[in-house]
Amino acid sequence: MRRPFSSSLMLHLALVLCALVVIAPIVWTVGAGFRTQISLLMGHMTFTPIWNNFNEVLWSKTSDFLLNYRNSIIVGVASTFLCVVVATLAAFSLNRLKWPGWVVHIFLAWTMIFHMIPPVALASAWFGMARAVGLENTFTGLILAHATLNLPIAIWLMAVFVREVPKELEEAAIMDGASTPRVLWHVVLPLITPGLAATSILTFISSWNEFAVALTMTMKQTATVPVAIAKFAQDYEIQYTQMAASAALAMLPALVVLLIAQRYIVRGLTQGAVK
Amino acid sequence: MTTSQATAPRPGPASAAPALPGTGAVAQGDQRLWRWISFTPALAMMLALSVLPIANLVITSFQDISWADGKATRSFAGLAHYRALFSDNLFAAGLGNTVIFALAAVAGQMVLAFAMALMVSRIVRGRVFYRAIFILPLLIPGIVIGAIWKLMLNFDFGLVNKLLGLFGLMPHDWLGSPETALFSVIMVDIWHWTPFCFLLFLAGLESLPQDVFEACKMDGAGPWQELRHITLPLMAPTIIVTFAFRLIVAFKVFDEVYLLTGGGPGTSTEVLSFTLYQRFFTEDKAGYGSAMSVAIIFIVSILLVIAISARRGAGRQP
Repeated sequence: MRRPFSSSLMLHLALVLCALVVIAPIVWTVGAGFRTQISLLMGHMTFTPIWNNFNEVLWSKTSDFLLNYRNSIIVGVASTFLCVVVATLAAFSLNRLKWPGWVVHIFLAWTMIFHMIPPVALASAWFGMARAVGLENTFTGLILAHATLNLPIAIWLMAVFVREVPKELEEAAIMDGASTPRVLWHVVLPLITPGLAATSILTFISSWNEFAVALTMTMKQTATVPVAIAKFAQDYEIQYTQMAASAALAMLPALVVLLIAQRYIVRGLTQGAVK
Repeated sequence: MTTSQATAPRPGPASAAPALPGTGAVAQGDQRLWRWISFTPALAMMLALSVLPIANLVITSFQDISWADGKATRSFAGLAHYRALFSDNLFAAGLGNTVIFALAAVAGQMVLAFAMALMVSRIVRGRVFYRAIFILPLLIPGIVIGAIWKLMLNFDFGLVNKLLGLFGLMPHDWLGSPETALFSVIMVDIWHWTPFCFLLFLAGLESLPQDVFEACKMDGAGPWQELRHITLPLMAPTIIVTFAFRLIVAFKVFDEVYLLTGGGPGTSTEVLSFTLYQRFFTEDKAGYGSAMSVAIIFIVSILLVIAISARRGAGRQP
C-alpha cells in the first residue's frame, strides 16, 4: 500500500512526538540520578555525570537499598513460582477435567470481584491474619499475599492458553492410556510454554511493582524496593538525586524484560484483558 | 462446547482396551481424583486469602475495636460505622475525586491510545520499535512513576516548568495548589496507562478483516468516513471492554497519589484507597475502615455488573 510522502512523514513526526513524551520523563529522571543536588536545583541543562548518588544508594552504610533489592527479588521469584504453578493447575482443571459449569462460573466470577477490590482494603485483614499465625514481617506473608493478588490474572491467562491446546491431542494421549498428570505434563505443558513464560513475566513484574500491600506488611528488614523509594518522598529534606538514582535502579527489570521478552509481554497483556 | 463425539475411535494400538471416544468411563475415576488435586491449591488460596479476609472485614465493620496492653477488645457497634460513612466528608471527597479521576483519566487514555494505535497500525516499518517504547510506562512500578513525576513537576527545577519557561510562561506549583493537583495526578495516570489501552487497541486493529477496508477504498470513502463507519463500529467491543477494565482498575489508584500528593493539598486529591489507608493504618480505626472497605467492595461489584452487561450487549469479540 503506497501513501503520499507528506502524509507518511506527518505520521512519523506524530509518532516520534508521542515517543518523546513517553521517553523524556524517564531519561530526564535517570539523568537526575547522575547529577549533584545543586546542579539539579540550579536547573543547569548540561552537567558532568557523577556516580555519587548510585554509590550512596547502593553501598552507603545508611542505605538499605541492596537489601530492598534482594527482598524484592526473593518475593517476586517465590510469589511468581507459587502463583503460576497454582494458576496452571487450576486453569487445566477448570477447562479440561469436566467440572460442573456452576463451579467454574462461581470461581471465575469470584476471582473477578477479588481482582477489583483495592488491595488496601485487604491489606489490613491480611496483616491481622499474618499476625495471628506469626507471619507478620516475614517473606512468607508477603509472598502469599502477592501470589494471591496475582492469581486471578494468572488463572485467566493460563485458561486462555490451555483452551488453545487442541483437544484431540489430549484425547489421543488418554486413548493411549496416559493418566491425567501425564497428559498435563507431556501433552499440555510443552504446548503452553510460551503462555507460561508470558504469565510468569507479567506476574513477576506485577509483584516487583506492588506497593500498597508491601508497605503494610513489611518492616525495615523485609521492605521491598517500592517501599524504599516511597521513604525518600517522606523525608523532611528530600534527596531528589538519590530518589532519582533508586528510581532508575528500580526500572531495570522492566527494561530487561522489554528488551528480551517484548513478544511475551504483549501477548500476556492483550490476552488477559480481551478474552 | 463440542464434546469429543466427533473424533472417531483411532485404529491405533489395541492395548487401549475400551474403544472409548475421548475421556470415557475408565478415565473417570482417575479424573475425579486429579481434578480435585489440581483445583484444590487455587481454591484453598482463594478461600483462605480472599474469602476469609473479606468475611473478616464484614464482621469487623459491625464492631468497635479498642486496644489495651496489646489486646484487642471487640464490642458490637451495629450499623454505627455505616451511618457514619454518610456524614464523613473525607469519604465523600474520596468518592467524588475517585469518580472524577477515573472518568477523566480513562477518557483521556482511550482517545490518545486510539489515535496512537491507528497511527502505528498504518506504518509499515518500525511497528515493533514504537510498540516497545509505548508500553514502557506500563512495566514501571507505580511508585517509581510517582517519583518520576514528583521530580518532573517540581516547582523549582522540574522539567515541566522549565519547558513552560521556554514559551515565556510562569512556573506553576502543579502538585501544591488545590486547583491543579487532581489535574496533575490525572495527567500522570494518563501517561502511565495510555500504553495499556494502546496495546489492546493495536491488537484489535491488527485483527480486523482487511477486505472490508479494501471494499471501502473501492467505493471511494475518505479516511474519516472509513474511521466513522468501518473502524469504530468494528472496534466497539474492544473499546467497551478496555473502557470497563480500565475504569475498574482506576478505582484502585493508590501508589501515585501516595507519593505525589498524599491526598493533599487539603482533600483535593483524596482518593478512596488513600482514605482507606489512613483509616486503617494512620488512625487505627479498624471497625470504621472495614465498613468503608465493604462499601467500596459493594460499589466496585456494581461497576462489575454494569461492565459485564455492557460487554454482553456489545456482543463477543469478532
